[in-house]
Amino acid sequence: MGARYFGAEVLRGEDKPLITGKGQYVDDIRLPGVLHGAFVRSPHAHALIKTIDTTDAQRLEGVHAVFTFSDLEEPINRPAVQTYPSPLIKQDLRPLPLARDEVCFVGEAIAFIVADTRHIAEDAIPLVKIEFEVLEPIVRVKDAVLKNAPLAHKDSKDNIVAKLNVSYGNIIQDFKAADHILETKFLQHRGGCHSMEGRAVLANYTASLDELTIWSATQCPYLIRRSLASQFEMSESRIRVIAPDVGGGFGPKAGFYVEEIIVPWASRKLERPIKWVEDRREHFLSTNTQRDTWWEIEIAANDDGRVLGVKGRIILDNGAYIPYGLLLPFTTITPLPGPYKISSLDVTQDVVFTNTVTNSPVRGAGRPNAAYAMERVMETVARSLGLEPAEVRRKNFVHKNDFPYETGLIHFNGRPMIYDSGDYHKLLEEALKLADYDGFTSRQVTARKAGRFLGMGISSCIEDTGVGPYEGVTVRVDHLGKVYISSGAASQGQGHKTILRQIVADELDISIDDIHVEIGDTSKFPQGVGTVASRVGVNIGTAAFSAAKEVREKALGLAAEILNVEYDDLEIEDGIIRDKARSNITITLGELALKFAPMSGGAVPTGYTASLEATSYDGSKGPPHASGSNVCEVEVDIGTGEVKLLNYSVAHDCGRKINPLIVEGQIVGGVVHGIGNALFEEMIYDESGQPQTTNYGEYLLPLATEMPPINIVHQETPSPLNPLGLKGAGEGGTIPAAGAIVSAIENALKEFDVIIDKYPVTPEYLCNLIDGNR
Amino acid sequence: MVDQRNIDVNVNGKSYSGAVETRFSLADFLRENLGLTGTHLGCEHGVCGACTVLVDGEAIRACLMLGVQANGKHITTIEGLADGNNLHPVQEAFWKNHGLQCGYCTPGFLTTLVAFLRENPDPNEEEIREAISGNICRCTGYQNIVAAAKAAAEVLRAK
Amino acid sequence: MLEDAKILAGGQSLMPMMNMRFVTPEDVIDINKIEELNFIKLSDDAIDIGAMTVQRELLSSSSIQTIAPILNEALAYVGHFQTRNRGTIGGSLCHLDPAAELPALASLYDAQMVVHNKNGQRVIPFDEWSFAYMMPCLAPEDVLVSLSFPKWKLNHGYSFVEFARRHGDFAICAAGVLIELDKNDEISKVAITIAGADVKPIRLKAFELDIIGQKVNEDLIRSAVEEVKKIETMSDAYYSSSYRKRLAGTLVERALIKALERAGGPT
Repeated sequence: MGARYFGAEVLRGEDKPLITGKGQYVDDIRLPGVLHGAFVRSPHAHALIKTIDTTDAQRLEGVHAVFTFSDLEEPINRPAVQTYPSPLIKQDLRPLPLARDEVCFVGEAIAFIVADTRHIAEDAIPLVKIEFEVLEPIVRVKDAVLKNAPLAHKDSKDNIVAKLNVSYGNIIQDFKAADHILETKFLQHRGGCHSMEGRAVLANYTASLDELTIWSATQCPYLIRRSLASQFEMSESRIRVIAPDVGGGFGPKAGFYVEEIIVPWASRKLERPIKWVEDRREHFLSTNTQRDTWWEIEIAANDDGRVLGVKGRIILDNGAYIPYGLLLPFTTITPLPGPYKISSLDVTQDVVFTNTVTNSPVRGAGRPNAAYAMERVMETVARSLGLEPAEVRRKNFVHKNDFPYETGLIHFNGRPMIYDSGDYHKLLEEALKLADYDGFTSRQVTARKAGRFLGMGISSCIEDTGVGPYEGVTVRVDHLGKVYISSGAASQGQGHKTILRQIVADELDISIDDIHVEIGDTSKFPQGVGTVASRVGVNIGTAAFSAAKEVREKALGLAAEILNVEYDDLEIEDGIIRDKARSNITITLGELALKFAPMSGGAVPTGYTASLEATSYDGSKGPPHASGSNVCEVEVDIGTGEVKLLNYSVAHDCGRKINPLIVEGQIVGGVVHGIGNALFEEMIYDESGQPQTTNYGEYLLPLATEMPPINIVHQETPSPLNPLGLKGAGEGGTIPAAGAIVSAIENALKEFDVIIDKYPVTPEYLCNLIDGNR
Repeated sequence: MVDQRNIDVNVNGKSYSGAVETRFSLADFLRENLGLTGTHLGCEHGVCGACTVLVDGEAIRACLMLGVQANGKHITTIEGLADGNNLHPVQEAFWKNHGLQCGYCTPGFLTTLVAFLRENPDPNEEEIREAISGNICRCTGYQNIVAAAKAAAEVLRAK
Repeated sequence: MLEDAKILAGGQSLMPMMNMRFVTPEDVIDINKIEELNFIKLSDDAIDIGAMTVQRELLSSSSIQTIAPILNEALAYVGHFQTRNRGTIGGSLCHLDPAAELPALASLYDAQMVVHNKNGQRVIPFDEWSFAYMMPCLAPEDVLVSLSFPKWKLNHGYSFVEFARRHGDFAICAAGVLIELDKNDEISKVAITIAGADVKPIRLKAFELDIIGQKVNEDLIRSAVEEVKKIETMSDAYYSSSYRKRLAGTLVERALIKALERAGGPT
């Protein structure tokens, strides 16, 4: 493959419409006759619905309908389908499309108003009169697991969603043999996704065809199609789901929400197109988040810093419902023990219901949690035994000669966790060098003399990426030699169209400008899975390569026959196939495409199938494992508790990079998201389950002024699991960030013996720690 | 009965005369009345900056101004930054420096930077970061946006 | 007579509340075209600022920079340049967020608030301005038309320090100090205010009187920090009252030190 695009900083083809204001996000799509919807949402965290009176709302001029549960017919009136079933779910409680007699979180949808304009629909909301009987909510994750805790759902026996366990090795023996038993406890809080575009659904039911077309700001159009087909008991072939331009996803747009049932249902009922666009307050209340996990860990370690075993208990807040299965709990424990060689592990996880919005994966899913836990283990060992933090990592890292490395842990899907390739020691060294780790101690001492508290912290991680089952790609050449690519992939800014063009352009040796790509539309490609977990690049990269290779071989095969040249003597350059030796014998890809797809009266060449095209669903043979080491330098102001980020260094290994610009963009964006988690983003609930942070004054997203310079160095350990050696890159910046920042803060405040036991680390919390220990 | 006022406004060089609902924000007016959907709503409470447009040359949050208040004013939106097929240097710099990923916040950054660079044609990194501190991006982490701003400033100074 | 009307000035506070439907007035009165409310005038002993003067104008005013440089220092913390293009001084004073910088300055200066209604004009001293949390003592038919800031001597020391989580955020707490020293380096005039600690800015008036005539040294600064411990601070879902108090102490100390540096006083 003459790689002129692979690995190059190709500028994105996606950008032109977006920088000129011609993007088409769901709210930009204008259908004639469209009506606008608004949801009436529960003001209580837990309550019974006694009565609903929609009379006044229906009478408001401009309102076409006000729907409640009683308007829903079979089979729509069943709970939202479970998108990720698992036998481990003890109580599979999913929301009804509109609440019937119980609401279980502030923001739960109760009624749907359809009106001429969004303004009128929202005017009608306070006119819907609902009588509630307020019930005691369960809000705090550690309380939810207790025996006599208030029930999140009145008819369930307890608040347990699932009890998971991962274990391997001989934990009892390792704990007996160890020189030291140490412990660490902490709370991790991740927050919401806060894509700048919220959720939005536009549905258009065409009665004459009995077909539903839905535009949704979703990461998973095929999941929506499949789920709707189940929910409506309607054939998938009658449902078309389009993810147009989508303004960010980060996880919570990968679910199947009740709004995605109700808006299409209402469109079918009224035989009008209907649009619903979430406003930011709704995003805070009703879009999935990823909030609290509580960890208690015991560590068996030896004098030299080797960790023999890790025992742990986690309590994970599921929120009120579980339409997203156990993906978040799974990803919270299966990445353990991270990049470290630990001979035994035994971690249990209680997943609990609370009366808050559903928790589901946000950028990194549970992987940042698992990575943070392992970094806390290493920091605890270093601190308790008086060892150098980087040295403790080195002692415990999986060695580069150990690959493929089987951790010992069996995933819930039955497969053993295997790391395909990597060099964690070298990655750490690169990060430390980039951060001038060796020179830091003297900088720290000098600063301390001037009354300033500087600190440095390190954090490493692995990331299982590119998980299957597939993401397909079709490559087709037309009679002009231009190429069409379609794929089941869906983008929310990751530049998938550009990387598809890069790979195919290289394989067919054509210009990327001659390639047209369509993705994110279930009518343009038969099957798809979704954009989550840094999986798409690996899957479509592999599939695009396979499909393009097949097209290339098909073209060369026919060309050899037509030109009467040996197959191996042919080459393609700029879309022209020629005899390497006598370069005046040529035929173009376009001419070959014509021969493969003749019109009436023609014939397909003997021994070939019609059309110069190929479809591949090839993916990686297993999940490639990316890895990263981060180093963060901070300054803490002990007068205010403020943490200033001075410098951030990332050593990142995502295998071979298709487009370094896109990879670096993902890393930097991911790091900043991780900074948000570590220092700024907190969803606060009061004792009655009322969200206290529902706007951007109260909930703090990272801004440009507080971000440090983020320096990146790359390492490439190609994955042996797919032909291009690819590993995913979307979340590797986020996963280790909190660990590096928290360790840096502790390092800055070491004379106060500060041990941080939760994040986000707020100024007030830091001041309390400093004062408590003075 | 919907309450409306007639306004005369110039948007991206074109004059418009017509009625606007008094309760509409400037962003609503641009998107609904004029079909200019390039200006995006990210929060509708004046923090995210995605709705930033230029009103008589000043960078303003369009969600915090009523449409009727635009009467008699010159508005420039993202759709008005390019000169025909020629991208504005700020737009070009965003493309060249991978300054956008999902593109939703981008309209606000572009108009903000156009206004900022007019006032401060040779900013340092700190000044650029301060200038964009009223715009939230969840995808890029800002680093490439700063690089794009620097690159655009250089091109603009050379003109 | 409009029963349920709100005045729309810069819109940076009112529009978010209307967009979120926390405030749903029947009528909105847009006063942006009233040019008479947009001015910065110097008299012998005061700066008079029209209520509709936008924050950007205040920042670029050379007279303010010369006569009341603390306004410049504080305004740099106020929002972002986009909001300063529309946000007005009058709007901020009427919105009266506990942590807002402009009310803190009005408190520091003992500003005179000029209020107008159909019966005429009256002047309210700033320490009577706040009626309750985010509510000035204005009747529905009142309009704030201007503020008057008494001048301090040209070589006065000043400092405004605030702690906010991110650039442009409302402060958690802020401290402002104005100070004049006589030729013996003793304090001849001083004002210290704390914003964000309670529902309205807190002046340390008793302490200010006590320290007139004293020299500024480490003891004095320490006693200022002790004085801050006596103030009432509020608690909310985001920050506790004890943290606000701790922060207020740190910020008063830093503001005093900076103000003295600028007055040519000892550090």
